Amino acid sequence: MQSILAVDDSPSMRKMVSFTLTGAGYHVVEAVDGQDALEKAESHNIDLVLADQNMPRLDGIGLTRKLRENPKFKTIPILILTTESSDQMKQAGRTAGATGWLVKPFDPNRLIEVIQKVIR
Amino acid sequence: MAETYQEGSGAGADFDLSQFYQIFFEEAGENLDQMEQMLLDLDLSSANDEELNGIFRCAHSIKGGSATFGFSDVAELTHQMESLLDRLRRHELQPIPQMVDVLLESADASRSLLARHQAGGQGEAVSTTSLVRRISELAAGLVPGDAPAVAPPPPPAAPAPTPATQAAAPAPAPKVVTPAVAGQARTLEIQIGPLDRLEQADAIKELFRDIPGLGAIRDIESPQANTRSFAVETTSTNDDLLDLFAFHVAKEQVLIRDAAAPASGAAADEDEETVLAAGAPGGEAYGFFSEAPGAPRADAPHAAQAPAQAVKVAAAPKASEPKVAMQAQMESTTIRVDVKKVDQLINLVGELVITQAMLAQNSRGLDAGAYQQLLAGLADLDRNTRDLQESVMSIRMIPMSIVFSRFPRMLRDLANKLGKKVELVTLGEATELDKGLVEKITDPLTHLVRNSCDHGIEMPADRLAKGKSEHGTITLSASHQGGSIVIEVRDDGRGLSREKILSKAQERGIEVSEQMSDAEVWQLIFAPGFSTADEVTDVSGRGVGMDVVKRNIAALNGSVEIDSAEGYGMKVSVRLPLTLAIMDGMSVGVSDEVYILPLSSVVESFQVNADDVSTVAQGSQLVKVRDEYMPVIALEKIFQVPRFDPNKSSNIMVVVEADGSRVALLVDELLGQHQVVVKNLESNYRKVPNVSGATILGDGTVALILDTGGLVRRARH
Repeated sequence: MQSILAVDDSPSMRKMVSFTLTGAGYHVVEAVDGQDALEKAESHNIDLVLADQNMPRLDGIGLTRKLRENPKFKTIPILILTTESSDQMKQAGRTAGATGWLVKPFDPNRLIEVIQKVIR
Repeated sequence: MAETYQEGSGAGADFDLSQFYQIFFEEAGENLDQMEQMLLDLDLSSANDEELNGIFRCAHSIKGGSATFGFSDVAELTHQMESLLDRLRRHELQPIPQMVDVLLESADASRSLLARHQAGGQGEAVSTTSLVRRISELAAGLVPGDAPAVAPPPPPAAPAPTPATQAAAPAPAPKVVTPAVAGQARTLEIQIGPLDRLEQADAIKELFRDIPGLGAIRDIESPQANTRSFAVETTSTNDDLLDLFAFHVAKEQVLIRDAAAPASGAAADEDEETVLAAGAPGGEAYGFFSEAPGAPRADAPHAAQAPAQAVKVAAAPKASEPKVAMQAQMESTTIRVDVKKVDQLINLVGELVITQAMLAQNSRGLDAGAYQQLLAGLADLDRNTRDLQESVMSIRMIPMSIVFSRFPRMLRDLANKLGKKVELVTLGEATELDKGLVEKITDPLTHLVRNSCDHGIEMPADRLAKGKSEHGTITLSASHQGGSIVIEVRDDGRGLSREKILSKAQERGIEVSEQMSDAEVWQLIFAPGFSTADEVTDVSGRGVGMDVVKRNIAALNGSVEIDSAEGYGMKVSVRLPLTLAIMDGMSVGVSDEVYILPLSSVVESFQVNADDVSTVAQGSQLVKVRDEYMPVIALEKIFQVPRFDPNKSSNIMVVVEADGSRVALLVDELLGQHQVVVKNLESNYRKVPNVSGATILGDGTVALILDTGGLVRRARH
């Protein structure tokens, strides 16, 4: 079973994402912010990271940057959840090494659709 | 766009988001509380980034959640708040009091909208139209009824950024749209070099960190080995930037290029940004970066290409990473549990304590030699049960800060309304109290704080005239004293006037005398319908008040004391037991029955001589204790306890005090003091006069806990 690291500081969003992905047959590891996600990524076998952009301690782009420093996470897909799909955001995400982005709010079906495109 | 959900073709499952509503409501409530707290703590003259980011993040989270779960009215309002806060945290606007006001009001409105959704859409929805308008005016740099007040960015910007919304009157209810990009931010590519040491350019990065409003900078790959390149977003002009940089590098070393919109791929060595497989019409719901690791692609010839870019950028400044937020840390170490579950646990532990007490009592007669192991086991059980009880009770304990946190906002509004200046000081916020008590103490405390602000603290001019500081101070403190918690509300206002209270009491037909002690005079304000306010204000002084406060606190087995010095202020002390579930009791026997008296109300007990008891009208009796007469209540008569030996009669009296009066209870014997687990009689049976609850004794029998307040009132009539 493939593991997805779901990172969001909002418990309700986290639960929603986790419920949706678990229902679609993925194993979900939850993290409450970027810092927490770094630790969880180390201790779990992660196939994909789904990270909120705006979080305390370490945001989604910061997390992406940190993960890409580690050879272990150089090639796994990292998707950023954001409320704005502005060019600056995209540029920042791209530079940090993110795989793609998904604009909030999103429908659970849309989430699965996007995940299925990048996870193999 | 934000509000339309495209049905995906993915799993095809029908998702019911309503199961996440409750958790979202709780989370949004916490976010609103936190935002309110931070707004109140905000020092407008020196608001730091961390605070502004924190407030922004609260609004942002609520917006995200409410949009996801379909509460569009909340999403719309919080979106407006977020936009304003975004401009504040980017230092494009200077925070002003009007902003704090409108944000606080909006938080209230969001709360009420959420409450309405939580109730399934029941009730009147509050209108947010004017709030939305006020926020967008402020966000556009307009101070209502004032000239535009766009904060100039610290390095003089060339043409002051003119928000587009300023000219046209903002629409009453803007749709949820992507926030307008602020000012006239430009994206530049700045190349510094040639440099002897590449570290020299770090000073440039520090400039952006140190000067608020200058913009954002990050490292990008440089085309030449001895140069450094940065991507910069700023509203400042090239000349301004050059002037600033000149402190660290020569102007000739600086090359500034306008980077076009990043989406169109600015840097020469960059791939064009291509959006693959953006499924939604408009193509913006999601997307992937070409060449990015893990991105889907039709043909994957160079799949292993590492994100070279990312690795180099890794050392980029972390200015955008918010500082450690306590919230996040706490979240990972706490779990949410339904209070019902905790109560059930407490109930079970209560039963266990009783069973343990029964075992202990039954084993008392056992031979210590023959039953050594059993007795040792029982001793262990005793200790473990006690520890377990303590731990379980502590689950229900919550810090007083939960109660205190509502007061800064309340006082601020109240003081504004009354035209007073009041500062609130809170002490002992970490003091813990049972959740049940916290809920019940909030209203009485609110009343006391309102009273202090309304009646205690004088108008600023009056205070100055009296040589006091213009600001009144109200101090809220909580502390543990023995098995109780003491909460004090203190103010440095005008204090109670002995004369005023005495004359008012006389007006009300209450018997008073000049010889009454101060403490006795202060107790008069607890009389029903008593108010000394010169005029009834909108806030308090309608006459319902202190008597209700006193009664509510007495119902919690607590007491209220007042101390005051005219002209200097007053202090109200509320003393409460730590928990309602366990009580220190004194058990007394009447015939074969056992009754429990709350230890907090027991004053003394003594053996009575027949001479000291005198019978007055209608057979009621009085007993003389140290020159003071008090009514006698025979428990056997009240509870109609059957007596098998008619010759035996009670001669022990226990004096109990409640509501400031004392009565002597006639009992057969004093059995001892111990902690009892309080069981609610009302929920298990029905309300019984003179009884506040019941408990199960060590031998398994039920004992009633007496309502001393009720007994005292009974004696009065």
